[in-house]
Amino acid sequence: MIERPRARSEQIAGLAKEESQYLYEDEAHAVRPYAVTGGRVRSETANFPVEALVEALPRARMRTGLTPERRTIIERCANQYLSIAELSAYVELPVGVVRIVVADLVEENLVRVHGVSSSSDYSPATTMSVLESVLNGISSL
Amino acid sequence: MAFPPSDSMPSNALTSEGAPTTAAGAPTVVKIVVAGGFAVGKTTFIGSISDIEPLSTEAAMTEHSIGVDDAGGQTDQKTTTTVAMDFGRIALPGDLWLYLFGTPGQDRFLFMWDDLVQGAIGAVVLVDTERLEQCFPAVDYFESRDIPFIVGINCFDGVAKHSIEAVREALSIPAHVPVIYTDARSRDAVKQTLITLVQLAMQRLAAAS
Repeated sequence: MIERPRARSEQIAGLAKEESQYLYEDEAHAVRPYAVTGGRVRSETANFPVEALVEALPRARMRTGLTPERRTIIERCANQYLSIAELSAYVELPVGVVRIVVADLVEENLVRVHGVSSSSDYSPATTMSVLESVLNGISSL
Repeated sequence: MAFPPSDSMPSNALTSEGAPTTAAGAPTVVKIVVAGGFAVGKTTFIGSISDIEPLSTEAAMTEHSIGVDDAGGQTDQKTTTTVAMDFGRIALPGDLWLYLFGTPGQDRFLFMWDDLVQGAIGAVVLVDTERLEQCFPAVDYFESRDIPFIVGINCFDGVAKHSIEAVREALSIPAHVPVIYTDARSRDAVKQTLITLVQLAMQRLAAAS
């Protein structure tokens, strides 16, 4: 029988606080993203959940002079909602970089982001009625 | 799925206060995290039920590694590891999108993924009984953060080599955490696993209110 050390939970919780500061910095180191993000490694407004849905606004399609990354993101979500995670996969940029680019596009009123929570702690974001719909939905598959 | 023209939607998506919002036009998004050790079948599990082929994206994380340098001395290096995060999506009735995210990299880095877990319904920890110890970090993580999770024993070849109680005891899983058999390759088994998790999340929510 393998003993699971009970103290590890506390250890992990402590490490998380210590380590989390590196996350955004090093996400940005991965694929030379400085050109993409204009040199920034994090943005105050770029804390979108990975599942937040991005939608391009109609005026974005008329916009010229965009960087290739911005253009691709806008084209990808022009006719459909796509999550930050999906955009990251399609545009082939790390999640952290896509967050910053999307935050820029929001500031310029070119895209809209749905499903954004301002809370930073873990909280069950789902209500009972949503959970019921999920349960019924999965059961009906 | 039909997408209404953007300009017909209320422009309440990202308010200046940054408050949580749900636009009438956008689907409601929920997510479930799938954790477990290396090669335990997380991506297979996601692919068995996802509407889209599981996608993979890159995320970078920092690894502190103790190594030996050329002179034979110990070095404490910080290296950046790029890891793949696999995920899938299921459209459910009522304009509800369920995302399934596989935890990236090895589970010992799971603590770096607070933002992945933030707002999730809960987590499925997939277990390979041949390598039980691989799921310790995931179990510890979800337990320490009080996130609803269940343990799914992935039965390769449909054979259960260990009893549920033996696995529960070996992993010191408390009685309130469901431990079930699953099969990452079976859509029905994956469905049942997700149902068990959502039911647990509902019980937890009902008990908390």
